[in-house]
Amino acid sequence: MTNARQQTDKSVRFIFFVVALASTLILFMIMIFLFTEGMPIFKKVSVHQFIFGKYWYPTSSPPDFGIFALIAASISVTLVSAVISIPLGVMTAVYLAELAHKRTAEILKPIIELLAALPSVVIGFFGMVVVAPFLQNTFGIPTGLNLLNAALMLSFMSVPTICSLSEDAIYSVPIALKEGSLALGATHLETLIRVILPASISGISTAVILGMSRAIGETMVVLMVAGGAAMVPSSLFDPVRPMTSSIAAEMAEAPFRGDHYYALFATGIVLFLFTLLFNIIADRISHKYRQTGEASL
Amino acid sequence: MKRSKLVVGVVLLAAVFISSIVFAGNIAINGSTTVLPIAQKVAEAFMKEHPDVKISVSGGGSGNGIKALIDGTTDIADASRAMKDEEVEMAKGKGTKPVEFVVAYDCIVPVVHPDNPLKNITVDQLKAIYMGKVKNWEEIGGSDKPVVVISRDTSSGTYEVWEEKVMKKERVYPGALLTASSGAIIQTVSKNSNAIGYVGHGYVDKSVKSLSVNGIMGSKETTLNKTYPISRPLFMYTRIQPAGDIKTFMDYVLNKDKGQKLVEISGFVPLN
Repeated sequence: MTNARQQTDKSVRFIFFVVALASTLILFMIMIFLFTEGMPIFKKVSVHQFIFGKYWYPTSSPPDFGIFALIAASISVTLVSAVISIPLGVMTAVYLAELAHKRTAEILKPIIELLAALPSVVIGFFGMVVVAPFLQNTFGIPTGLNLLNAALMLSFMSVPTICSLSEDAIYSVPIALKEGSLALGATHLETLIRVILPASISGISTAVILGMSRAIGETMVVLMVAGGAAMVPSSLFDPVRPMTSSIAAEMAEAPFRGDHYYALFATGIVLFLFTLLFNIIADRISHKYRQTGEASL
Repeated sequence: MKRSKLVVGVVLLAAVFISSIVFAGNIAINGSTTVLPIAQKVAEAFMKEHPDVKISVSGGGSGNGIKALIDGTTDIADASRAMKDEEVEMAKGKGTKPVEFVVAYDCIVPVVHPDNPLKNITVDQLKAIYMGKVKNWEEIGGSDKPVVVISRDTSSGTYEVWEEKVMKKERVYPGALLTASSGAIIQTVSKNSNAIGYVGHGYVDKSVKSLSVNGIMGSKETTLNKTYPISRPLFMYTRIQPAGDIKTFMDYVLNKDKGQKLVEISGFVPLN
């Protein structure tokens, strides 16, 4: 009797182990594939030339494989979108968790989370058809398909992530901390800024970084609204070509296992390293500033 | 007993699987990515009418296609340029003499916003614009507005024609907006009164205005009588004088009501 139950227990554990192993293994194999397909380009150009090369002319003869402009584009679009989406997301989260009436919050939160469900191609289309002509006419600039437009659209996508994760973090601050602060005579605003935000900073930082890593990896939106010019931007209104859109636009036409193909995979490696870095930072922050008890503040 | 049934099943399944590999790919087509959409569309329609023939289409570039044809790994090579002399020599060395078929023409038309007063442009002006030398429409006789240059991704076949017929070895400057499809070019140009782009003749619609080049409007007629400067023939090569299924297929491609209709749908200029 006991033996049979132990057997079941064992086999169930084994099944879960296999499932967990399979998904990890598949991810690991994708990573190996990415590296084996990307590395051959470094026989043709050095890593330094590849990363800091100014010109991206993969199909002319002789070709130029320099992705500096693409990296600059990805970073600038992500930074500008962070500048827009962090205040928006965090302040909305504070409002929802601390200030709003319970009923208002109950209605607003699902709506914001619904924003995350909008397909990126829809957001891209909106940017292309509505925002681009608007920017062009309002600012009198040559084209509305530019860095600012892409950053705005990406903010739409990262605000829900940042907001909903930050709200959870703020919400889970122990009530005793808040009560203690209020009991000492602090106002609600002082309590918010001095007690609640510092206590939830690890959760908020994680939210911000996950939001940003979503922005840097996003493809469809930037492919549609960033403009696609492979040059280092000098103003908010310059068209740019982030790494993701370059890969998506060119991969279908690049000759299989040609230099162009390898170069696109190598761009993918660079992108992978960026998002990996973001995730490691997020992980570090959430461990370092973890709120382990009410006394640790 | 159960076990032997299982074995029989597995063997049967394997047999089906192997036979499908053996019989699939009666005709292999490889080559230019420009011709790829034509080859794909025609192959699909052809296989519907001839279910017994299997066609596999892939696009590895004109050079790769011709090389595969010479090596005997493909039956038909798509090419966006004529075979070079050394390739013909190489084929002779292997004892074959590839047969050339012109299957369609590519005709690329510069397009601007309908509000742009410009009607005609020269190839040299186009080259200067795409090199980033012309920054304002005033410089080439338009109104005082900045020029927004829109180009195709460097790996597209349309870009290839542009590079060959307009840029002539020069590079499109990095500030040009690169778009992933001809539809996106039309979309962008129709929304931006400063923009200039270029698309295959079949993609032009009323939301944009096409410019004449050196005084000649890009159209079916001017392409076929070779007066329009930004056009070129597209080829398919067979290894020897085609026979059997390959001949049926080539006839289908060149048929005015079948293959050539699909050529037009794909945005190219048909032969007739």
